[in-house]
Amino acid sequence: MSETQGGGSDRPGVIHARPVPHPGRWVALVAILVLVAMMISSFMTNERWNFPKALEIMQQAPVIEGLLKGTIAGTLGGMAIGVVGGVLIAVLRLSQNPILRFVSFAYTWFFRGIPRLVLLAMIGSGVGYLYRRVDFGVPFGQQFAQWLGLSQDFTFFTLNVNQFSSTLLAGIVGLGLSEAAYMAEIARAGILSVDKGQAEAAQALGMNRGITLRRIVLPQAMRVIVPPTGNETIAMVKDTSLLSAIPVITELFYQTSAIGSRTLLIMPAFVAVTAWYLIVGSVLMVGQFYLERYFGRGFGMTRRQARKAQAKRVARPAGMGGA
Amino acid sequence: MTETTSTSRQRTGAGDAPPLVRAVNVMKSFHGNEVLKGIDLTVHRGEVVVLLGPSGSGKTTFLRCINQLETIDGGRIWVDGELMGYREDDKGHLHHLTDKQVAAQRRDIGMVFQRFNLFPHKTALENLIEAPMQVKGISKKEATARAHELLEHVGLADKPSAYPGALSGGQQQRVAIARALAMDPKLMLFDEPTSALDPELVGEVLRVMRDLAKAGMTMIVVTHEMGFAREVADHVVFMDAGVVCEEGTAREVIGNPQQERTKSFLRRMRSEEQQERQDEQDLEQA
Ligand SMILES: Nc1ncnc2c1ncn2[C@@H]1O[C@H](COP(=O)(O)OP(=O)(O)O)[C@@H](O)[C@H]1O
Ligand SMILES: [Mg+2]
Repeated sequence: MSETQGGGSDRPGVIHARPVPHPGRWVALVAILVLVAMMISSFMTNERWNFPKALEIMQQAPVIEGLLKGTIAGTLGGMAIGVVGGVLIAVLRLSQNPILRFVSFAYTWFFRGIPRLVLLAMIGSGVGYLYRRVDFGVPFGQQFAQWLGLSQDFTFFTLNVNQFSSTLLAGIVGLGLSEAAYMAEIARAGILSVDKGQAEAAQALGMNRGITLRRIVLPQAMRVIVPPTGNETIAMVKDTSLLSAIPVITELFYQTSAIGSRTLLIMPAFVAVTAWYLIVGSVLMVGQFYLERYFGRGFGMTRRQARKAQAKRVARPAGMGGA
Repeated sequence: MTETTSTSRQRTGAGDAPPLVRAVNVMKSFHGNEVLKGIDLTVHRGEVVVLLGPSGSGKTTFLRCINQLETIDGGRIWVDGELMGYREDDKGHLHHLTDKQVAAQRRDIGMVFQRFNLFPHKTALENLIEAPMQVKGISKKEATARAHELLEHVGLADKPSAYPGALSGGQQQRVAIARALAMDPKLMLFDEPTSALDPELVGEVLRVMRDLAKAGMTMIVVTHEMGFAREVADHVVFMDAGVVCEEGTAREVIGNPQQERTKSFLRRMRSEEQQERQDEQDLEQA
C-alpha cells in the first residue's frame, strides 16, 4: 500500500524491456517468401497445372456425389461405428469378466492386424461368396425346426449378403469395424487416465457401475479421447478412398482420377482431389477445436480466458502505487 | 440441518436403541498383508466417533470397508441393522450382493475424501445434483433447490457455477461435504478431510463439520485435529497396526491415555497441535 509517486521515486517501476532480437526469423521469412513467389510463378506460367480446369473438375456431378456419399458419409458412418464400437470394446477390455476381456482382446488383435484394403476387398467379394444370405433368429433354429418337424423355423429376417456386400453401406461397416479396433485402444487409454478417486466418489454416492461410467468416467475420459480421435477421423477421410476395393466407386478419388484419365487432364484431377481432401480436413479441424473445448470444461482455462486474465493483469499491475 | 442448530444433539438413549453402525471382528488383508486384524466398533445414532492412529494403522481401510469400497475378509459390518455387502440365507451361508444392491446400501452413507474427489467436469451445483438425480430419480428442479440450500449451509451460496478447479482446497472440501449431504445420508464418513489443506483453510472445513455434528449427524471421522476431537467427539478410538488399541471418551483417550502406544502417538501429535491451534486462533481473529 505504499504511496510512492511515479516519477520522484527511486523504487523500480513498470518494466518496458526491449525484446530479444531474432535475426534468424527474418532470414527464414525472406527465404520462404522467395520460395512461395517461385511456386506462384510456376502455377501461372506452366499451363499443365491448369487450375481453371481443376476447379471445373471439383464441381462435376460425379465428383460431388463421390465426395458426399463415399468420402463424407463414409467418414461419418465409419467413425460413428468406430467410436461407439471402440468405447464398447474398451469397456469390455476393462471389465471384470475374463471372457469379455478375451473377446475384446481377440477383436482388437484381428481387426488391427489386417490392412483395411484387404478387409474391404474380402467383404466385397469373399463374404458374399461364402454366405449368400444370413438369417437372423434363434441360433440353430432351423436345425431344431427340421428335427422337430415344425413349419416355423425361428428366423426373424434374412439379409441377402450377396447383394449387401457390394454396397456402400457394407464398405462403411467394414471401415467402422476396422476403426473400432483402433478407437478401442484410444478409449481404453482415456478411461485409464481418469483418476480412480472419481469412480470411488461416484460409487460412494450410490451410483452403480453403469451410471459411474456413463456420467463420471467417460465424460472425463473424452478429454483424452478427442484429440487422437480427430487424428483418426482425418485418417478415415483418406481411407474412404479404399472403398473402391469393395468395389464402390461413388467415392472422391475414384471419380476424379476417372475423369483425369478419360480427359487426359491428369494433374488438374489430382489438384481437384487434393483440394477437396484439404477442405474436408480443415472443416474437421474446426469441429475438433469445439469438441476439445467442450470436453475440456472445468480443466484449466481456455486460451481465450487465459488471454483475458493476462489482459487484466497488465491493466492493473500489482504493487504499482500511484504510478 | 437448520431445524436443530440449537444445542440439542439427537442422542437417543444409548442403551435401548440399536446402534447405527456395528462392526464386529473386521479383518482385511492386501496380498497377505494383514491391515485390519479384527476391528470392533459400535456407533450410536447422533454420535461422533473420532478415529486416531499413526499413518498406516488401517484407518482409511476401515472407513472404506464400511461403505464397501473394499470387501472385508472376515467379520461383519451392519449399518442400521443391515448386513453390508452380503445376504445371509436360512442356513447361515453368506451370498455376495449384486452391484446394484451394494450401490443401494451406499446411498445412505456419505463419504468425504482426503483429496476431495469432486467431479472436475461439473460445476459445484452439478456436483451436488448429480447423484440425487441419477440415483434417487429426484427432479432437476427439486435437486437444484436442495443443492442451493446445502451450498448456503457450507458458506458457498455464491459459488454454484464455479468449477472445482477454480475453488480453493477448503472450498472444494466444503462442496464435497455438501455433495455427500445431498443424498441425505444416515451416516457420514470423513477420511482426514483437512490434511490436504493449507493450514489457514482447515478452520472453515472443521466449522462445517462441527455444525453438522451439532445438527445430530452420525459421523465417523479420521483426523489428526486434536482440538476438533476433544471438542466434538463423543467417542475416540485409537488404532494401531490394524487393531483398536484404546477407546473411550475424548477426555479418557486424549486427556489420560493408558496404553504406551497411545501416549507416544499423542506426544508426537502435541507439537503439531500447538502450531495448528495458533493458526486457528489467528483465523478466528482475522
Ligand atoms: N489397495 C491397497 N493395496 C495394498 N495395500 C494397501 C492398499 N490400501 C492400503 N494398503 C496398506 O494398508 C495399510 C493401511 O493403510 P491405510 O488404511 O491407508 O492406513 P491409514 O489410513 O491409517 O494411514 C498400509 O500399510 C497400506 O500400505
Ligand atoms: Mg489414511
